[in-house]
Amino acid sequence: MKLTARLLAATAALALSAGAASADPAVVYDLGGKFDKSFNEAAYTGAERWAEETGGSYRDIEMQSEAQREQALRRLAEGGSNPIVMTGFAFMSVLEEIAPDYPDTTFVIIDGVVDEPNVRSVVFTEHEGSYLVGKLAAMASESGVVGFVGGMDIPLIRRFGCGYAQGVMDTNPDAQVIINFTGTTPAAWNDPVRGGEITQAQISQGADVVYAAAGGTGVGVLQTAADADILSIGVDSNQNHLHPGQVLTSMLKRVDNAVYDAMMEGPELETGVQTMDLAAGGVGWALDEHNEDLITDEMRAAMEEAEEKIISGEIEVHDYMSDDSCPVAGF
Amino acid sequence: MSARRLPHWADVTLVPLISLIIAFLISALVILAIGEDPWEATRLMVQGALGSTYGWGYTLYYTTNFLLTGLAVSIAFQARLFNIGGEGQALLGGLGVALVLLFVPWPNWWTAIIAALFASALFGAAWAAIPGYLQAKRGSHIVITTIMFNFIAFSLLNYLLSHVLRPAGSMDPATARFSRDIRLPRLADILEPIGIEFSRSGPANVMLFIALFACFLAWVMLWRTRLGFSIRAFGQSEPAAHYAGISSVKIIMLTMLISGALAGMMAVNSVMGGPQRLVMNAVEGAGFIGIAVALMGRSHPFGIIPAALLFGFLFQGGSELAIETSIPREMIVIIQALVILFTGALDNMVRAPLTALFLAARGRR
Repeated sequence: MKLTARLLAATAALALSAGAASADPAVVYDLGGKFDKSFNEAAYTGAERWAEETGGSYRDIEMQSEAQREQALRRLAEGGSNPIVMTGFAFMSVLEEIAPDYPDTTFVIIDGVVDEPNVRSVVFTEHEGSYLVGKLAAMASESGVVGFVGGMDIPLIRRFGCGYAQGVMDTNPDAQVIINFTGTTPAAWNDPVRGGEITQAQISQGADVVYAAAGGTGVGVLQTAADADILSIGVDSNQNHLHPGQVLTSMLKRVDNAVYDAMMEGPELETGVQTMDLAAGGVGWALDEHNEDLITDEMRAAMEEAEEKIISGEIEVHDYMSDDSCPVAGF
Repeated sequence: MSARRLPHWADVTLVPLISLIIAFLISALVILAIGEDPWEATRLMVQGALGSTYGWGYTLYYTTNFLLTGLAVSIAFQARLFNIGGEGQALLGGLGVALVLLFVPWPNWWTAIIAALFASALFGAAWAAIPGYLQAKRGSHIVITTIMFNFIAFSLLNYLLSHVLRPAGSMDPATARFSRDIRLPRLADILEPIGIEFSRSGPANVMLFIALFACFLAWVMLWRTRLGFSIRAFGQSEPAAHYAGISSVKIIMLTMLISGALAGMMAVNSVMGGPQRLVMNAVEGAGFIGIAVALMGRSHPFGIIPAALLFGFLFQGGSELAIETSIPREMIVIIQALVILFTGALDNMVRAPLTALFLAARGRR
C-alpha cells in the first residue's frame, strides 16, 4: 500500500537519528497495573520516591498480557535502561531466557529467584509479616474467629496464610482461622466481587477480622468488611487509608524499598539473592493516623515483643514454601 | 447497487486509503485532546515499528499473526460465513502446538514445525468444526456460536495452564519451555548468510514465509479450484449454489475447517516462534484483529497482506508509544479501534460519496 511505502521512506531518515542510549532505570509492572493499590503500586511508590529525591527520570511499562513480558524486557534492555526492575514471579521464566542476552544490563526481579550473574532476586519473608498481623487480628477479634482471603491458590499466597494462622494461634490457641482462596487461575488476582462474596461468607461464620492477600481482589474484601462494620487487614502497600478506622492494619511488604534501593544503587548494584525479612525492614505492619485508635497500647507492646523475638530467632515462623505444608492451619 | 459503479481499482485502493486517513486524523484529534503532540506520536510509532531491524522484527512477527488470522476470516467470508471465533481457534491451535512439542522429542526445527503446523491446524479446525456443524445442520448462527466458543476456549486454556500443564513447582500459569533444539530460525538467522544485518531480538521467523505462502495457496484454492468456486458461489447466493448442485452442508463444513485450521496455525508463530512456551492469552487478540484485516483487505488473500502489515505496524508502534510517552495504553487501543471502525464498519461512509464523485466526474465528460 502507498502509505506503507511512504512510511518506509520516512523510516530511513528517522533511523539515522535513532535515540541515544539512556542509562535511566526502568520498572515493569505485572498484570494488574501500577495503580492496583497494592503490590505494583508499592513498586511505583518506590520509583517515584527515587525520582523525587534524585531528580532522575525512569521508564515504566504496565503489562497488558502474559505474552508481552519478553518484549517489554527486551525493549527496555535494547533502549539502554539500566537497571531494569520487574515485579512478580511471573517474570522468572522470561528473565532466565533473556538475561544472558544482555550481559551489560542489570535486572532486578521481585518475588522470584533467577540464577544469572546479572540478576538480583529480591524475596520477602511474607510469613513473618503475616504472623505479626495475625497476632493483631487475634487480639482485636471479639468472636475469636478470623478470616483470610487469598488470591490465586499458589504456594506464595499460602505462605501468607500460614504465617497469619500461626500468629493467630500463638496469641489465642482457641481461635478459629477460616482460610479461603479466591480461585485457581490468574483471574483470582482481580476479582473484587468474588472477594466480597468470600468475605460475606466468612462473616456469616462469625469472622470479625479479615486479612486479604489477594492483589486487586482485596479491594472488594476491604469494602465488604467496612460495609459489614468488621475489621480488615490490607496487604503489600499501606491500605489503612482506604477505609479509615475500619482497616485494622496492613501487612507491609516493602516492595517500594526494594525498588528504591535498586534504583539508588544503579547499574552497579550487587546481584544475587536479597532476602528482605523483618530484620532488614522488608516486611512489617502499618500504623498511621487512620488506624491509631484501633491499636491499643497492649497491642503495640505485643507487636514490639513479637518483632524482637522473630528477629532474634526466638519465634520461628513457619515458611510454607520451605516444605509445602502448614501444620498450624492444616493445609 | 451504487457500489458496483465504482471502478475496481478505486474500490481496493482508494476506499481503504481514505478510510485510513480519516481514522488517523480523528486519532490525531484525540491525541491532541489529551495534550500530546500527534506529530511526535506518529514519529515515535514509525520509529518504533519500522525504524530499526529490532522494530521490524516485532512488526513482522505481529504481521505473521494477522496474516493467518486475516486469511482465516477472509476464506470464511468468501462463503459469507462470519467466523469471529479466530481467537478461540488460535488458542486451541496453541494447545496443539504445545502438546506436540512438549511430549515428542523432535530432532530438529523443521520436523518440529511440520508437526506443529499439523497439530495446530487439527486443533483449530476441530474447534471450528463444532460451530460449523451447528450452522450447517441446525442453523445456529455462526456469529453467535463462534464468539461463544472463544470464551469456552479461553476458560479451557485457563484451566489447563493453571492445573494440568503447569510444571511442578512453578507458580506461573504457563507450560515448560520447549527444547532449544527446535527453535525456529528467526529473520536474523535467515538474513545473515546473505549479508544482511538483522537484530536477533525480534521474534519474526520462518512462519512469515509460510504465512505468505498460505496466502498464495488460498488464492489458488479460491480462484483456481472447484472447491474455491463452490465456496464463492455459495457466498454469493446460497439458493443458486444449491440449484447448481452444491451441498451447503459440505461447503459450510469445509470452509469452517479450512478457516479454523488457518487460525490455529497462527499459534505456531505466537507460541513456537515467540515465547517458546504456551502462556495465558498467547493469541493477544490476533483473532479479532484478523477480522479487521480481512475487512480492509476485501477478503482477498493478497489484499490482506498490506492490511496485516498495517496492523502489525499499529500493534508494534502502539506498544512503543505506550513506553515512550504518557499516552495511556488504552489510547492506543482507541487508535486501533478507530482504524477498524473506519476501514471495516464504516466502509460505505467513504464508498458512497466516492462513488457519487466518480459518477459526477464521468457525467461531465
